[in-house]
Amino acid sequence: MITVNGEKLDFSGTVKELLGVLGYGEKRVAVELNENIVPKTEYENTHISDDDKLEIVRFVGGG
Amino acid sequence: MIPSRDDMYEALAERHGVDFQKKVSSASVVVCGIGGLGSNISIALARAGVGKIHIIDFDRVDISNLNRQQYFPEQLGMYKTDALRETLSHIAPYCEITADCVKLDENNIPELLKDCDIICEAFDNAEEKAVLVNCVLEKLPEKYLVSGSGMTGIDSANTIKTRRVMKNFYICGDGESDIADGTGLYSSRVMVCAGHQAHMILRIISGKYDV
Repeated sequence: MITVNGEKLDFSGTVKELLGVLGYGEKRVAVELNENIVPKTEYENTHISDDDKLEIVRFVGGG
Repeated sequence: MIPSRDDMYEALAERHGVDFQKKVSSASVVVCGIGGLGSNISIALARAGVGKIHIIDFDRVDISNLNRQQYFPEQLGMYKTDALRETLSHIAPYCEITADCVKLDENNIPELLKDCDIICEAFDNAEEKAVLVNCVLEKLPEKYLVSGSGMTGIDSANTIKTRRVMKNFYICGDGESDIADGTGLYSSRVMVCAGHQAHMILRIISGKYDV
């Protein structure tokens, strides 16, 4: 199990795949894995392991 | 006739406390994007007595901005950096106001934002918000960053909150309402979000890091 924004989730794969599963557009997010920012260029190569904690911030438009 | 620097400082210290005023007067904040959020945030910071405010925007004042952004009809066509600088200098004549009339991107963000203590993201485009936030978190991780996301529409103002999502990264807004949904932007709700951002910035300056 991993934790995404405080909620438990059964998932195995990369950050890119997780964003796909959650339906989040890659260009509108910031992702923190175990308190370290994941650079966008690393989404494809960053594997998420059991017990990892992620914070995913999704931006919406307007200002 | 405008009051002296000392008179204005003392008037602020009397209202905010000497300790707060000392901290805020030596603080520097960069506001990225001076539309609905950024123009209101900048004004709140200037009124509080922030010592140095750096404003960045590439755009000119348009008639479509006047429903929520702090510009005047006679400023239409001016660069927002020139127009807001003028307004800020009336509000806070001794504040050091600097400006860059430029579009921020991954290449110039680190250089243009590195000299301020606190970075405020106040863009309107979701993807540009993400570019700025990612770039700051990657390249300038020691900076405090306060961002805005979700303040469109006429829904309740009470859904707008400040959250601390990462150690140095705060986000204000409802997190949901999107300009793409066509719900419009209302001055009052945009100002609520801008108020949250400006307030969190002032709290950070005063040494209070929780939301």
